Amino acid sequence: MAVTGILLALFLIAHMLGNLKVFTGETSFDHYAHWLRDIGKPLLPGVWFLWILRTVLVVAVVAHIVAATVLARRARAARPVKYAHRKKVNGSYAARTMRWGGVIILLFVIYHLLDLTTGTLNPVGNESKPYGNVVADFAPERWYVTLFYTLAILAVGFHLRHGAFSAFRSLGQQTPRGERRARTAALIFAVLLCAGYLVVPFAVLTGLVS
Amino acid sequence: MNLTLRIWRQKGPEDKGRMVTYPVDDVSPDMSFLEMLDVLNERLILAGEDPVAFDHDCREGICGMCGLMINGDAHGPQRGTTACQLHMRQFTDGETIDIEPWRASAFPVVKDLVVNRSAFDRIIAAGGYVTAPTGSAPEAHSTPVAKANADAAFESAACIGCGACVAACPNGSGMLFTAAKLTQLSLLPQGQPERYTRVIGMVDAHDEAGFGGCTNAGECTPACPKGIPLNTIGRLNRDYLAATAKGANNTPGS
Repeated sequence: MAVTGILLALFLIAHMLGNLKVFTGETSFDHYAHWLRDIGKPLLPGVWFLWILRTVLVVAVVAHIVAATVLARRARAARPVKYAHRKKVNGSYAARTMRWGGVIILLFVIYHLLDLTTGTLNPVGNESKPYGNVVADFAPERWYVTLFYTLAILAVGFHLRHGAFSAFRSLGQQTPRGERRARTAALIFAVLLCAGYLVVPFAVLTGLVS
Repeated sequence: MNLTLRIWRQKGPEDKGRMVTYPVDDVSPDMSFLEMLDVLNERLILAGEDPVAFDHDCREGICGMCGLMINGDAHGPQRGTTACQLHMRQFTDGETIDIEPWRASAFPVVKDLVVNRSAFDRIIAAGGYVTAPTGSAPEAHSTPVAKANADAAFESAACIGCGACVAACPNGSGMLFTAAKLTQLSLLPQGQPERYTRVIGMVDAHDEAGFGGCTNAGECTPACPKGIPLNTIGRLNRDYLAATAKGANNTPGS
């Protein structure tokens, strides 16, 4: 869980930084998007690098889901008879919603790929004009798309808040002071990442980016 | 105090079990929770009914025998307290109290509120000891131990093996118990020779017993009557990673 989670979190950082290029203007953003397909040239032909990256990400996602499923199945088997009276648990909201939150994130990722990678669900869907796709996507009259993106990003934030701390712990974080630091770092990371992702749709919504 | 108790009654391991309601009147707020159950049982016996079976021994909070899920809290609402040291003044007059046994497939119900916790013994048997005969307590200064390590090892050694961590864990995991029993040895010089075979053996025994996996949800430490910190599990994780990297197997002394 920890290793695949860290791979995916690193991708999220890179993806967020890429998104923020939307503020540098249409030419720059489109140039960046096209450059992504050309990384590794001339060492690797065509879009090879992109496909290598995609393969690594898919393997990480699948391994992450498999590990989570094993844990969930073990948890279910470990308590065949439920408590008649069980309070809401003491732990954080983030820790409680890891499993269903993960399912929501998976559904969002599928929609997101159909929307902005293949363009199937995008109102423009022009592969050569990613800037135009983003602006059309979060147009004010498509407020429900922005709302769904916001909810999904918040789910990612909660998932990361517990996930980042949990990854440190799984990889051997062992002191009480380190635990406080790891929890704080996870919270700051989750908040920054949420802010970085949400600023793009809201900039389009408010007309800052058009 | 007049209370209504809803208690899990189960005749034996094969019985399906159900919650049964008992009104209990004239409970003194100075009684312990187990004394209140004693009062109920005396009345049940006088009425010719089967008394409620529950585990208890020292009633001083140090043996780890008692363990009840009280209103959804392991050992009841007071933190850092076993059920035997919980007093009825923690409850209000007229309250309904739900009492259930620990729920885990590794802890099968024997009768009513009594569960079989021998899964914990199997985890200890898989490495929670030092093989070398150490004799009687040595002179304290003969083996230097860093103060911080001594304190952390003592914190782990406070575990009484009651099983509240398993009962409270949303995954039914016994990782806090395993980690406590592991780090009380791995932090001390005497525990070093078998440090890495021990961790593999104990974690394997934990998994084989049918406990769930730890997801760092953090439910165990608040439920633990001895307040064993969550970072104890991090110590186990670190030892486990080191042991896997070394390719250690689970045979003690290998």
